[in-house]
Amino acid sequence: MNKTLSTISVLAMTLSFSHTSQADNFTEADLKHWNDEFMSVVDHGEAVFHGGLKNENTVSCDQCHPNATNIHPETYPKFQQQLGKVAVLGEMINWCIMNPLEGEPLALDDPDMTAIQSYIHYERRGVKLAPGKH
Amino acid sequence: MNKPFSRRDFLKRTAVVAAGALPLTNIEIAFGKNNPKNFNFAYISDSHITQIKGNKFVRNWDRGLIRAVAETNLLDPKPDFVFYGGDIAQLGKPAEIDHGLEILSGLNAKTHYVMGEHDYYVDLGDYWQKQLGADHYSFDHKGVHFVVLNSILTYEKWMHQKWDKGMDRMKQMARLDNPHGQPFMVGEAQRKWLQDDLSKISKDTPLVVFSHSPLQKIYKGWNFWTDDAEQVQALLKPFDKATVIYGHVHQIQYNQIGNISFNSAMATAWPWPYPKSYVQKDSYMPKLTVEMNRADPFFERDATGWQFINMHTGNVDLNYVLPDNTNRIVAFDSKAGHPADKDFQYKQTVAQDHY
Ligand SMILES: [Fe+2]
Ligand SMILES: [Fe+2]
Repeated sequence: MNKTLSTISVLAMTLSFSHTSQADNFTEADLKHWNDEFMSVVDHGEAVFHGGLKNENTVSCDQCHPNATNIHPETYPKFQQQLGKVAVLGEMINWCIMNPLEGEPLALDDPDMTAIQSYIHYERRGVKLAPGKH
Repeated sequence: MNKPFSRRDFLKRTAVVAAGALPLTNIEIAFGKNNPKNFNFAYISDSHITQIKGNKFVRNWDRGLIRAVAETNLLDPKPDFVFYGGDIAQLGKPAEIDHGLEILSGLNAKTHYVMGEHDYYVDLGDYWQKQLGADHYSFDHKGVHFVVLNSILTYEKWMHQKWDKGMDRMKQMARLDNPHGQPFMVGEAQRKWLQDDLSKISKDTPLVVFSHSPLQKIYKGWNFWTDDAEQVQALLKPFDKATVIYGHVHQIQYNQIGNISFNSAMATAWPWPYPKSYVQKDSYMPKLTVEMNRADPFFERDATGWQFINMHTGNVDLNYVLPDNTNRIVAFDSKAGHPADKDFQYKQTVAQDHY
C-alpha cells in the first residue's frame, strides 16, 4: 500500500469516526474504551488514596475515609467554612494532604489529583448532587 | 458533673486540665462511695501509634494517646483499673508497640489489654504477647466477672499461608476497606475456653466481655463484624446481665440483643465514618444507636476520645470524654432494658443534625 492511499484511508476512518461520535449514538466500542480509561484512573486513584502519595509521615487518606466515605463530593463546590470561602473538592483534598498527611499539595490538574477525585466520585456514585450543602 | 462541653469551652477546659482538676466525677452520690459494687474503670482504645522512621512517630496519633492518659489520671474517684481496647500500633512493629506502652506507662492504675488486628498480623501477636501476656483471660473484680477475648483472628489457612513477609499479611489486614480482607473471628479454641471459664461462674454474676471487634454483625466490609458472633453470644446468653465492650469501630455504637448489651469505644487516633455513609453497600447499624456527627478535620481531636465506665448496677454506664465534641453518656436504662443515650435517646432530636 502506498503512502497516499494509507493516508486517505486513515482520513476516511477519522471522518466516519467523528461523524458517528458527533451525531449518532456512541458505539459499544467507544463506550467501552472511555469507561476503561475512566476506570483505570479510578483504580490509580484508589492506589493513591491508600498510601500512594509518598508523604513522609505515611498517613493515608483511607485511614479516615474508608471507601472514600465522609467526603461528600456531591456538596462541592461549597462554602468551606474552615477556609472562609467557596472551595472546590480539590482544595479540600489539598488541605488534607498538607495537614493530617503533612505532605506537599498537588496541582489541581495533577494526574494524581484527577485520580483521587475520580475514585472519590466513583465510590459516591448515585448520590444526588447537593452543591453548597452542609 | 458530666456536664457536656462544647468547642467553645475548649480553652477554659484546657486551663482546667492544666490545673489538674478536670471535672470527671462519677455518680457516687446516688450509690455511696463505699458501696463495694460502685466502681469505675477507664477504657482507652485504638491509638494506632505509627513509626515514621527511627524515633519519629506520627505526632497526631501520639497526642491523642498522651491526652487520654493525662485525662484518665485526673479521674475522681480514681478508676479501679484501665482497659486498653486494642490497636496500640498501626503496623504492629515492636517500635510502635513499645512507644505506645511507654505513653501508657504514665497511667497511674493497673492496665489490662485487648489484642487488635493492627497489633497482631505482622507476627501473629508474638511481640504483643511477649510484652503483655495472654490474649485471652478472665478475672473477677468486686463481684463482676471480666473476660477478654482475641476476636480478630481469621481463617487459619489464610493466616498461615506462605507470606514473603509478615508485613505483607499486616498490610492486608491494616487496610479497613480491603476488598480482599478476611473476616474476624474468635475461633473454636477460644470459644471452648470461654465455655469452660463461664461454666464456673454463677449466672447472676454480672459479666463484662472485652473484644476488639464487635461481637455482633454490623458491616462485614470493614470488619465491624465477628464471623462467629452468634456462637459467642450463645455462651453469654445464660447470664442475667452480660455486656460486651469493644473498640475497632472508632465511633459510638450501642445495642441490646436479648440479655447482652453492646457498647463501643472511641479511638484516641481518628474517627471512622458510620458504614451507612458508604452508599454502595448495605450495613446493619443497630437502630438503638444515636450516631454522632462526622468529624471536623480542622479540629484534630474532633470525634476522638476515651471513656470511663461505671458498674454500679452490674450493667455499664459509659461516659464518652470527647475533646472538641460535646461529651456523651450512654447508660443502661434498666426500665427499658437497653443502653440509652442520656441526652438524645428519647428526644425527637438527633445528636448533631448536619453531616
Ligand atoms: Fe483501630
Ligand atoms: Fe481494629
